Amino acid sequence: MENLELLASEAEKAVDQAADVASLDQVRVEYLGKKGLLTGLLKGLGKLSPEERPAAGARINEVKQQVQEKINLRRDNMENAAVEARLASEAVDVTLPGRGEDVGGLHLVTHTMERIESFFSRVGYTVEEGPEVEDDYHNFEALNIPAHHPARAMHDTFYVNENTVLRTHTSPVQIRTMESQEPPIRIICPGRVYRCDSDITHTPMFHQVEGLVVDKNVSMADLKGTIDQFLKAFFEEDLPVRFRPSYFPFTEPSAEVDIQCTNCQGKGCRICKNTGWLEVMGCGMVHPNVFAHCNVDANEYSGFAFGMGVERLAMLRYGVTDLRLFFENDLQFLRQF
Amino acid sequence: MKFSESWLREWVNPSVDTEELVAQLTMAGLEVDAVEPVAPEFSGVVIGQIISAEQHPNADKLRVCQVAGGEAEVTQVVCGAPNAREGIKIPFATVGAKLPDDFNIKKAKLRDVESFGMLCGSDEVGLGEASEGLWELPADAPVGADLRDYLNLDDQIIEVDLTPNRGDCLSIRGLARETGVLNLSPVREQPCDTVTATITDSFNIELQAPAACPRYAGRIIKNVDVSAESPMWLQEKLRRSGVRSIDAVVDVTNYVMLELGQPMHAFDFAKLDGGIVVRMAEQGEKLQLLDDSAVELNADTLVIADQKKAVAMAGIMGGADTAVSSETCDIFLESAYFDPIAIAGRSRAYGMHTDSSHRFERGVDPKLQEVAIERATALLLDIVGGEVGPVSIIEAQDNLSQEAEVILTRARLEQQLGLPLEGNQVDEMLERLGLQVLSRSEKDWVCKVPSWRFDIAIEADLIEEVARIYGYNRLPTSTISCELPIEVTPETKRGLPRLREQLVARGYREAITYCFVDPEVQKHLTPDIEAVALANAIASDMSEMRTTLWSGLLPAVRHNLNRQQSRVRLFETGLNFVPENDQLQQKPMIAGVVTGSNVPESWVSDQSPVDFYDVKGDVEALLKLSQVFDQFEFVKGNHPALHPGQCARIERQGELVGWLGQLHPRVHKALDLSQPVFVFELCLKPVLNDEIPAFKGLSKFPEVRRDLALIIDEDISAGDLCNTVRQNAGGQLVDLKVFDVYQGKGIENNRKSIALGLTFRDSSRTLTEDEINVAVEAVVNALEKQHAASLRG
Repeated sequence: MENLELLASEAEKAVDQAADVASLDQVRVEYLGKKGLLTGLLKGLGKLSPEERPAAGARINEVKQQVQEKINLRRDNMENAAVEARLASEAVDVTLPGRGEDVGGLHLVTHTMERIESFFSRVGYTVEEGPEVEDDYHNFEALNIPAHHPARAMHDTFYVNENTVLRTHTSPVQIRTMESQEPPIRIICPGRVYRCDSDITHTPMFHQVEGLVVDKNVSMADLKGTIDQFLKAFFEEDLPVRFRPSYFPFTEPSAEVDIQCTNCQGKGCRICKNTGWLEVMGCGMVHPNVFAHCNVDANEYSGFAFGMGVERLAMLRYGVTDLRLFFENDLQFLRQF
Repeated sequence: MKFSESWLREWVNPSVDTEELVAQLTMAGLEVDAVEPVAPEFSGVVIGQIISAEQHPNADKLRVCQVAGGEAEVTQVVCGAPNAREGIKIPFATVGAKLPDDFNIKKAKLRDVESFGMLCGSDEVGLGEASEGLWELPADAPVGADLRDYLNLDDQIIEVDLTPNRGDCLSIRGLARETGVLNLSPVREQPCDTVTATITDSFNIELQAPAACPRYAGRIIKNVDVSAESPMWLQEKLRRSGVRSIDAVVDVTNYVMLELGQPMHAFDFAKLDGGIVVRMAEQGEKLQLLDDSAVELNADTLVIADQKKAVAMAGIMGGADTAVSSETCDIFLESAYFDPIAIAGRSRAYGMHTDSSHRFERGVDPKLQEVAIERATALLLDIVGGEVGPVSIIEAQDNLSQEAEVILTRARLEQQLGLPLEGNQVDEMLERLGLQVLSRSEKDWVCKVPSWRFDIAIEADLIEEVARIYGYNRLPTSTISCELPIEVTPETKRGLPRLREQLVARGYREAITYCFVDPEVQKHLTPDIEAVALANAIASDMSEMRTTLWSGLLPAVRHNLNRQQSRVRLFETGLNFVPENDQLQQKPMIAGVVTGSNVPESWVSDQSPVDFYDVKGDVEALLKLSQVFDQFEFVKGNHPALHPGQCARIERQGELVGWLGQLHPRVHKALDLSQPVFVFELCLKPVLNDEIPAFKGLSKFPEVRRDLALIIDEDISAGDLCNTVRQNAGGQLVDLKVFDVYQGKGIENNRKSIALGLTFRDSSRTLTEDEINVAVEAVVNALEKQHAASLRG
């Protein structure tokens, strides 16, 4: 039995020395196989006395077990190392950029209009659109701006011919909607508009979103609430908003809407001309003459309308300093949004 | 309208400071655009008088002046101004004075002669443009007085941007009324006594166009001294209102216009023949105007004429021939009321805009004419003297509109403002505004509108007035509440946003270009379409409406190519403006322009220039967003702007939907595009018009694929070949792919090899080998017959 200890240590040494899975298997056969050296010791048990046999047998099996475990462990290690080596050889540089097309982007004006539309469509407004080459009637006459009205000077109008203009506002869409739909009406009208004016703060084309609500008992309080809530939502800020009497031929009463200057928080700066306020919208209660042109009964219904310049709001929201950039379509500009 | 605060305060003087006053005006709807001091800060400048002026011993151009007005009896000042001479009164900056731009006056020695201070030109105290000489002050200026006090320079110029409805505020008097209303302060009307006539001369006035001019007042003033200068106070008031001083007569008429709001005109009486006739112009009648321009009048223009000729465009501008000049001895003064409708738009039609037309267009108080002519006469007598004739007033009573009566109902007022108001609160506001409440009840107020408020005609106008005086920001605010029924919206109308998102995902940037484009660009893109031109374009390269979105997008490509961007992918959505059968069609389109490499530059070196099929893939991606992709067809096409070999018409069931292709090399050259550009444009309507998907059951049975390699003539299109396959393969063909196209070695010239993959499947059973062979054979036979195709060996 003294042979057992010797064989055990030889087997363990052989396991340690096995270079790969195949030689490890040879070691297993040599010591633990049917004709293996350790298995052979079990056959010599017959030479022992019956009293000695159980203890000796148990001892041999224990050693066999130990050697088997040693082999298993060694095999696992060998297999893991192989996997790791393969993985290491497959490593990539994760900092290199991915393959394929870049993502493009929407124009800032479209993004801003979609945002404005979403505020209003969530509370039941629908989006209406109309022609951009418009007749004089829908652009002016029906909006209570007869020929020669001084207010026409407020709109530097592009003419196609005597009776046809590029719309100076999206208000004609309000007229077209009232002509074709019965109240209640809740619409917003986004789109391109045109004025023949071009300098640092004016481009001959820009975008407006106008809104119109016509229903029974619509009041100026409703108008104020709508504008106030919209502006706070647009700027995601509890901005002070104020209403100033103004004049538009198609509304009466009319108001300009100012927000507290987003640049200086009302302290006064170059952008707000030291007033602390920025004019952002016009609005008012629909003029009875406009209702009359559209066959809406002004005794039964009342309504409000509002309009805003999309570029102006986008400039304030995103800090764009030059209006003309919107239409240069320089990729340096477009890629920022 | 610009005015000086101190002038306003002569009329109404509430106890509020400038800042508060300005805020009040703005919040009442008279938006203040600017407030600036009438003069920059300076101090230590007094009125000096030159007692003597001697030649400087060492300098030709300098004079040594002894000046009165400083602390000492006389002060020695060396002065280089050419007009420095004995006797004149001038601004004298004493030692220690601080002039604008941090210029401090110190004792100095000029060429060995001591000088204690400086004599000033108007520019040196910030009150005029650079001038050569000293500012010569009037002879009656008090020597030694502080110049700021003398000229009342501690004053502000306030500029209000008036809306067109508030013509009544285009005068100090009107602004004073409004300020009085806002502060409950009394307005002090200036004395306007009737000037007693000293002569009986009068001039005949005839109103031939009484609707346009229902009221005309005139008066002769004889023997005036037109050389007399306007007094300093008058010049200063004009200057602070942005009006240049011309001569005393013109200055007085301008002054009265600014003060009372009545535009006036003075004629040289000697140049008028026989009497005033207010009439419509004869078509083509000529008139030389004060500003030396010559106009040919239209028949819709009201003129002031004498018996022989037109002498003024009524309410707009006077004529040159009858203007007051240095030789004028007698004048005829006009103060008239012209109907706004008669003046409105006329000056603009002639490209003119004057202070006078600005006021008449908006409405001048029809009761103001006598007051104004008396005020002007009194001022003129003071300045230019003369003998005054009686005022002649000719009126067409029937044409003078009666003061409007407007009814304000309580129910409407409260509904519109969302606010109950005390009865007397409303009364008080109406009366403050100059409205006469003729009668009142629980239900309503009947009001008479004052003659100067042209903007109050209906109830809504009164509601605005009440809201304005009450304060817009004090009015309540509420959240609108209403019924929100769910509306039916057709699922077949696809939204534009999905198309945009698809292009964005494929690397396109959205552009927005002007709808008016350069005809020089557009003529290369749609030479066969006559575009709509603008009558008043701002520039020749923005003068016609686009007939294709490419007209704006291609210049944007060029802009970026010229700025080191070699890969550009842009798209735009918007209207095209195309005349069709005498009607202008405004069609919503989506268009793209692509140039540069097919993929962005990167470390993966598989870039090549973008080609037709790259861009076609993008277009197909847009069409595949719908259920009806198989209704669209790409057909070899011919477009004047596109490469003849790389141009596809896109059709939906035979109807033209759009174009895809490479720009023609000629167009590249004409538009100065340095590399090939691919373009597409689609009509949105047919692209967004979709069908609702209808479910088909899934097949449990296997599909079978057969590949065919065919040799055909090179000019047979894959599309034609596939159509033939589909028509002959039977109902079990579920998919058809072109998976290889080859031309070159091993294939005859003018022939090509094309490989098709056909997939068959039945929904109810497994197809047998025989069935598939029959179908494939039918396909091969048809291809041989129709396209002379042969199977590749």
